[in-house]
Amino acid sequence: MALVSIKNLTRIFDVSKPWLNRVVERREKAYLTAVSDVSFDIKEKSVYALVGESGSGKSTIGKMLVGLLRPSEGSVEIRGVDLAREQDAARVDAVRADIQMIFQDPFASLNPRWRVRDIIAEPVAARGGDTKGLSEKLLEQVGLSARDAGKFPHEFSGGQRQRICIARALASEPKLIVCDEPTSALDVSVQAQVLNLMSDLQDDLGLTYLFISHDLTVVQHISDRVGVLYLGRLVEEATPDDLFDNPKHPYTQMLLAAAPQLGSFGRDVPPPKGEIPDPINPPSGCAYHPRCPLAQDICKAERPLMRDLRGAKVACHMAE
Amino acid sequence: MTTPILSIRNLTVEIPTRHGILRPVDNVSYDIGKGEILGVVGESGAGKSMAGNAVIGLLSPPAHIAHGEIHVNGQRVDHLHGDPMRRLRGKEIGMVFQDPLTSLNPLLRIGDQLTETILAHLDVSRAQAEERAIQALDEVGIPGARERINSYPHEFSGGMRQRVVIALALCAEPSLIIADEPTTALDVSVQAQIIALLKDLCRERGTAVMLITHDMGVIAEAADRVAVMYAGKLVELGPVRDVLTTPRHPYTDGLMGSTPLASRGKDRLHQIPGAMPRLDALPTGCAFHPRCPFVQEKCRHDPAPVLTDGTGAACWYPLDKKAEVA
Repeated sequence: MALVSIKNLTRIFDVSKPWLNRVVERREKAYLTAVSDVSFDIKEKSVYALVGESGSGKSTIGKMLVGLLRPSEGSVEIRGVDLAREQDAARVDAVRADIQMIFQDPFASLNPRWRVRDIIAEPVAARGGDTKGLSEKLLEQVGLSARDAGKFPHEFSGGQRQRICIARALASEPKLIVCDEPTSALDVSVQAQVLNLMSDLQDDLGLTYLFISHDLTVVQHISDRVGVLYLGRLVEEATPDDLFDNPKHPYTQMLLAAAPQLGSFGRDVPPPKGEIPDPINPPSGCAYHPRCPLAQDICKAERPLMRDLRGAKVACHMAE
Repeated sequence: MTTPILSIRNLTVEIPTRHGILRPVDNVSYDIGKGEILGVVGESGAGKSMAGNAVIGLLSPPAHIAHGEIHVNGQRVDHLHGDPMRRLRGKEIGMVFQDPLTSLNPLLRIGDQLTETILAHLDVSRAQAEERAIQALDEVGIPGARERINSYPHEFSGGMRQRVVIALALCAEPSLIIADEPTTALDVSVQAQIIALLKDLCRERGTAVMLITHDMGVIAEAADRVAVMYAGKLVELGPVRDVLTTPRHPYTDGLMGSTPLASRGKDRLHQIPGAMPRLDALPTGCAFHPRCPFVQEKCRHDPAPVLTDGTGAACWYPLDKKAEVA
């Protein structure tokens, strides 16, 4: 059974100018659709990766999943409980306790005035749990020393700080961890350490990850299933092997072709055309059609639905 | 061999502090020839940007060049200050920084920023300078250059802004461009556009490029030769294919191993234990020895051999094996 079930999730932000400016400049209200009609399931004990470029809505989905943002439409169900609509506070609380988050920037996500011991124990302490010896145990689990518990965050390097963030996320023994670009701020050798640690912990503790990243190679390395986002819409969903060997959506194909590869010395990539359109006025029909080499009239008129295609799911009129 | 565009010899940058002298760049030598792209890679703190800043004279005090020489087109530049340096910057050396938003003046139209640079370095009239600015924008692939010249930086997207910055670096036709992480702040598809642009310009005009990055993939695709830096030292230098397929220095080998690759699938990534040492706590002997899997007694005591220009690895026991790529 799926641990997380996301159905027709949509999030719209009001980006209008202040009232007076609108009146004086005769402007309409402006709305930005960050996430538009996204549906997917995350199986228990698996890693689901969301990839996309900036502005594709991947972080917004992560925030709605942990309850930091409310969906405008659609729902996020975690073990059958819709966090935004469930009336029974006890059930919401029970589910909330199972979710944790790891953020991108380990320099901004640790309180500089707290000792590591207190930072790590906070998720448990906040619920009145027993925190004795907890931080020390977790520090060793993430490859740091128990003696580090008395130090402050500034005494650690970026990779070590990200380990502290992971330890904090593990403290309340969650089932689901949302990782928002957990290795993007790290150097490649440190990234390897953190990725290895994350997959070891997943195996040992039976965790489920929603792994948000812009880096396709990292995603391929860690995930069981990948969803590709473009302008707030899910355009393709497949297993990593399938997605990387045989991408079906033209956007995925473009992304894979554009990603720098180690083996391709002096490769001349035909540079991709155009840029991500303005999400306030998205193109009609399929959002990718202005940049798409396969685009036909139907792509301009009709938004493609997710359909099954040889084991994968793809939202494209033309893909075959 | 003809004179290289850029020649760095035994460059050492020092920062005096209360607790002693730090050397973010330590005895580094390399050349960049006409039309060549030299990739400089390393992790944060390796000294790769510091070396670039030393060339263009942008070291912020108390950092200063303590030893060594820098020649651009045969002219010694490391001792220049003030006006002579200012004339060199922009005219001979163009610079592209990581963040395109902070390297453009938000209050000036991009056309004015371009013409200002052109007028400062070339002997042309204002009208000619404007024509040239339009041409520069056109060359870097900005559609409708003639109209967009009156736009402000905030009206451009990140990728377009980086193109403006490249146009700015190119407009006085320098012979050397230092590109410091030019694509790090950009998305994959835009990154591919910018890399393709840099390669084209380099080919067409014979501009030498120092491409500073931490991304091995970008290096593989764009660079002709690669210089790997670690803790302020040049640890390996050579043609990009040789260095990436048969790394001779254990650090390069470790970097290659920890890069996630398609073919490696879900196997564990190779990891280099530990982290880059701080400059005020460098280990004795070879700076890499505490993290090196092949460490020997000699490495702990004797500083690693210094690379003079050419190829090779600054290691007492260079590796001899094939690395896995692609």
